[in-house]
Amino acid sequence: MVSTITEVVYQRPEAFRDVQTHYCPGCTHGTAHRLVAEVIDEMGLREKAIGVAPVGCSVFAYNYFNMDFVEAAHGRAPAMATGIKRVLPDNTVFTYQGDGDLASIGIAEIMHAAIRGEKITVIFINNAIYGMTGGQMAPTTLLGMKTTSSPFGRDVELAGYPVRMAEILSTLDGSSYIVRRSLHNAANIRKSKKAIRLAFEAQERGLGFSLVELLSSCPTNWKLSPQDALDFIADKMIPIFPLGDYKVSPTLASLKV
Amino acid sequence: MAKELLKGNQAFAEAAIRAGVEAFYGYPITPSTEFLEHMARRLPSLGRAFVQAESEVAAINMVYGAACTGKRVMTASSSPGISLMMEGISYIAGTEVPAVIVNVMRGGPGLGNIAPSQGDYYQMVKGGGHGDYFPIVLAPASVQEAIDYISLAFDLAEKYRSIVHVIVDGNMGQMMEPAELPPMREIPKEVPDWAVSGAKGREPNILTSIYIEPEDEEVTNLRLLKRWKEIEKNEVLFKEYLLDDAEILVIGFGTAGRVASSAIHNAREEGIKAGLLRPITLAPFPQQRLIELTKQVKRILVVEMNSGMMLDDIMRIVQGKIPVEFYGRMGGVTPLPDEILDELRRVAVNKEPAAEDPRDEWISHLEQMILGEK
Repeated sequence: MVSTITEVVYQRPEAFRDVQTHYCPGCTHGTAHRLVAEVIDEMGLREKAIGVAPVGCSVFAYNYFNMDFVEAAHGRAPAMATGIKRVLPDNTVFTYQGDGDLASIGIAEIMHAAIRGEKITVIFINNAIYGMTGGQMAPTTLLGMKTTSSPFGRDVELAGYPVRMAEILSTLDGSSYIVRRSLHNAANIRKSKKAIRLAFEAQERGLGFSLVELLSSCPTNWKLSPQDALDFIADKMIPIFPLGDYKVSPTLASLKV
Repeated sequence: MAKELLKGNQAFAEAAIRAGVEAFYGYPITPSTEFLEHMARRLPSLGRAFVQAESEVAAINMVYGAACTGKRVMTASSSPGISLMMEGISYIAGTEVPAVIVNVMRGGPGLGNIAPSQGDYYQMVKGGGHGDYFPIVLAPASVQEAIDYISLAFDLAEKYRSIVHVIVDGNMGQMMEPAELPPMREIPKEVPDWAVSGAKGREPNILTSIYIEPEDEEVTNLRLLKRWKEIEKNEVLFKEYLLDDAEILVIGFGTAGRVASSAIHNAREEGIKAGLLRPITLAPFPQQRLIELTKQVKRILVVEMNSGMMLDDIMRIVQGKIPVEFYGRMGGVTPLPDEILDELRRVAVNKEPAAEDPRDEWISHLEQMILGEK
């Protein structure tokens, strides 16, 4: 007796388009995009989701997501998402932002979105560098890390210390779910997906502001091979940006997903 | 509805509410703050959106977001706040979504002061933000006009998917005068087909100001330009006063135009044949009407509360065919009718040909006036 396998166990999410990537080889943006798309599919949010794309490498995020999208000015995605969510409170509104966008030029907008407890979800890609403009120092660049604008390594005297956004945002009462995860291996990717799920659950339950910080790689601008870049996350970034749950609303803590 | 005694900013805000504004995002700044305060009191109880943003930068980007949903959305600010909003204004223009922005102008540059000014003419009329775009600019001259034109502003914004600036100066924001508010308009239920609302049963809508291929951006620029030509053809508005037999044409907008009309009334009693053209739309400018009038009148006197910004547009249109003269007050100073009457007396007997720059004579006159015999 020959049995045929008919159950589909893996396919492109409906929320994801069938297009070629523009991201560099080894970049984890694609992984992060896919996780968001899978969660949106699983929660059945695609037809009411409105994404807000940032300025940075993921400026064209809307080319990959099969849902309504707007494109914000640099750093302003949380303000734009606020504007949308306040007039369409029943829609699911999320931003997808890099570290230059969120932690530098847009630090006021992200802080105040959290302070107000905006019911939006933020996917924060922390790769410690400005990717699109060609590898400049970000607020999250590690001390001593060489970039095109810190050519001798990030110097405390000149540029201060890397900023830990998840920790800062977790201190705000408007935040309902603030965690940091990493995309450097399969186990952590699975944990990242679960966090993204909970962040969207927070929004759907009207609990307040939710954010998942994802430690990500930038092999091109770090000038490392894709595997070395993933090791760099594990060995160099995680000690500075510890993974963990910085704020979890009690409603979410008891939720099984 | 009957006339009531209304304070400018509050009346403008209430007019927007009755015109169906569904969201207001703003930041306090004198002399426009009562606008935001009125919205804060009224909108939540109507189930509409109000956010006091962390900055004007955030406020305009909230406006941008809501504009992408096709809802009626606006902000109100004052000169330095409008400067901060210029980033978002350019993005709104580039994304071709409608928004109404009220600027209650004050003296500048820089922090300047909180007194009434028209010094933002260039910034408002010429765009102010980066890139090729063309905002519609309405310049009412009374509380009643502002009430009426705020309503019109939403219609124009939606008709052309354009930014509409309504610019008044601090006088009008702060003054109280009798005016009548319109009845409450029904908020439209249907969502425009271009808006983001969730891609249910349709292809996703993507709203962006990026056209990474220059050829695509050029197509967009061309579309915006052609739309602007339509606006120029259809939407010019102006008011006239005593122009039938006028020999001196006074041109002023907003408060300056209104003060000028008092001066013209008095000049007429002295036998000076002056009349007023008061543009309501500074953009599109009433160019055709001005060209017609240059064939009728002998001289033009431009009156502004700035250093002669609209003057430059008028000089461009008149092309030296008849002499153009200028009288302005700057820095937050509002001209008095008697000052303009004095100018009309001078202009009425002036036989000099057109000056290359009408500001020159005005500058020496103004220096003498404000600095005195030192």
